[in-house]
Amino acid sequence: MKKFLLIIFLMLTQIKAFALIEVDITRGNLNPLPIAVSPLSIDNNSKNSFKKILKKNNIGSEISIVVENNLKASGLFNPLNKDAFLQKPDIANLKPRFEDWNLIKAQALITGKVSFIDEGVDSTGKLRVEFRLWDVLAGKEMMALAFTTVPNNWRRVGHIITDKVYERLTGEKGYFDTRIIYVAEEGPKTRRIKKLAIMDQDGANNKFLTLGNELVLTPRFNPTSQMVTYLSYFRNLPRVYLLDIETGVQEVVGDFPGMTFAPRFSPDGKKIIMSFAKDGNSDIYTMDLENRIVEKITDHPSIDTSPSFSPNGKFICFNSDRSGYQQIYVMKSDGSNVKRISFGKGLYGTPVWSPRGDLIAFTKLHKGKFYIGVMRTDGSGERLLTENFYQEAPSWSPNGRVLIFYRETETNDKGEGFSAKLWSIDLTGYNERMINTPTDASDPSWSSLLSN
Amino acid sequence: MLSIRNIDQGAIMKLNKILKNAFLVIIASIALSACAVSKKSTGQMQGDVYTGTDTVEYLASGVKDRVFFATNESVLTTAARETLRKQAAWLRKNSKITIVLEGHADERGTREYNLALGERRANAAKDYLMTYGISSDRISVLSYGKERPVDSGSNPLAWSKNRRSVTVKAN
Repeated sequence: MKKFLLIIFLMLTQIKAFALIEVDITRGNLNPLPIAVSPLSIDNNSKNSFKKILKKNNIGSEISIVVENNLKASGLFNPLNKDAFLQKPDIANLKPRFEDWNLIKAQALITGKVSFIDEGVDSTGKLRVEFRLWDVLAGKEMMALAFTTVPNNWRRVGHIITDKVYERLTGEKGYFDTRIIYVAEEGPKTRRIKKLAIMDQDGANNKFLTLGNELVLTPRFNPTSQMVTYLSYFRNLPRVYLLDIETGVQEVVGDFPGMTFAPRFSPDGKKIIMSFAKDGNSDIYTMDLENRIVEKITDHPSIDTSPSFSPNGKFICFNSDRSGYQQIYVMKSDGSNVKRISFGKGLYGTPVWSPRGDLIAFTKLHKGKFYIGVMRTDGSGERLLTENFYQEAPSWSPNGRVLIFYRETETNDKGEGFSAKLWSIDLTGYNERMINTPTDASDPSWSSLLSN
Repeated sequence: MLSIRNIDQGAIMKLNKILKNAFLVIIASIALSACAVSKKSTGQMQGDVYTGTDTVEYLASGVKDRVFFATNESVLTTAARETLRKQAAWLRKNSKITIVLEGHADERGTREYNLALGERRANAAKDYLMTYGISSDRISVLSYGKERPVDSGSNPLAWSKNRRSVTVKAN
């Protein structure tokens, strides 16, 4: 990626904390907020310039579509049909006629303006976007911001606008200017070809990062940078690797005489925590990426795997079968004070600590069904969000409100009909939706917010 | 998931549990005796361990290349031990051959745990071969977890074929 590109925040107005509209995201939202996303207005000159650069007829409406789709996918907003809009985009951005927007039952309104900044022959020019969020009922402006960036970043502008609107209306950070890294799958189940792939959170800009020559599994983002750790069977030696997605440089993590797997970064991005399997026993290790020091964290003849740090780095949750079957355990980050926290019926796997720190997401197997659920970090308050034939590997959105995971279908008598897809679900258990990918997909991992 | 209940209900539930467990024992014994009968009739599974030969290949005449496991287990069955003893005999005769033991799991488990389970299964086979005189220098171990099933079915028989450790010639 281009090392970021002047996103210049220009506060146009200071907002005071009025009691305006708010969206409650702590409960399942069955009444999404009706919101009108007016196409961003654009003058003819700018329109033609962007047409040349981006091959898009009207970049103003394209950006507003990105915003609209994001808001809709969150399940918290109901973007209204644009055919019903009475006011023209340019006038709406200057002074919305609130009665008109009230008439179509919009409670909030987003307007904006796109312009092309010519920077002479040496440059392709810049994209400048301003947008405003209005409270229709109160007849007030809630927020007004402007950014300038390179034209190619237009989708990201849409995501950043969504993040700002989401944050203003819910009081929590958004998760739209983010990417998902995952494993793209093709071919028959017995000879699956797997590649690393990356895409924007909304499925756009999909890109394959490996060719599929060797099996790759479980990519995970560094929470502080654009690095990824994953498992590769390069030369038939399953090892944990590190990949810089900006440069494409890969390296093996550590020098272990056997399989290393189940890698994740520490919250500060400085260590990798993973399992190392030897002589039928898997234990958890960390490796410091700066000084390469390896530490053994668990020492038990059982399988210890799927480690995940708490966001403050002080604790680790992991999966172990030391009780006889797969259960979830929590320990201090030095490996002391191991405590089992899962006690419900069934088997538990893939614990992942929430970025908010209060919950652990997991996969549960009970009576032949697979569940994605969450529990508090002491194991209390277990809540199952979704049940299916097969699903696993939840990953948190950076604001801890949404989980992404993968789901596989059952095959028929002839072994046909297999598919693997990414799904997301709200922490409340509502708003379950499939994420479109060009191929089958598994093992998703959500990045942090790219900006702010 | 309901964790709140009053004490009386707790007592009732305990009683229920005892009754239920007693029941389970009875049912289990019925099921076991049923198995004992049915295993001969199907010829494909014993308990949930695969006993058929559909997917089996041969390293040499009479030397099967793979052994099968019960769900979540890495304990070698009697049949698995017999297969491995034959492999050991064949390896002693062919002392230049080195092998890779590929451990596999079925699709009904989380990916990472299954990688560890496959490794444990392959090592169970390795340990047994070593007790029959095969040097560890000749054996390497590779877990595929659930990544390389032989049968793409979503049924207990397919899963039983996939829970396996396969001995592969490496040279």
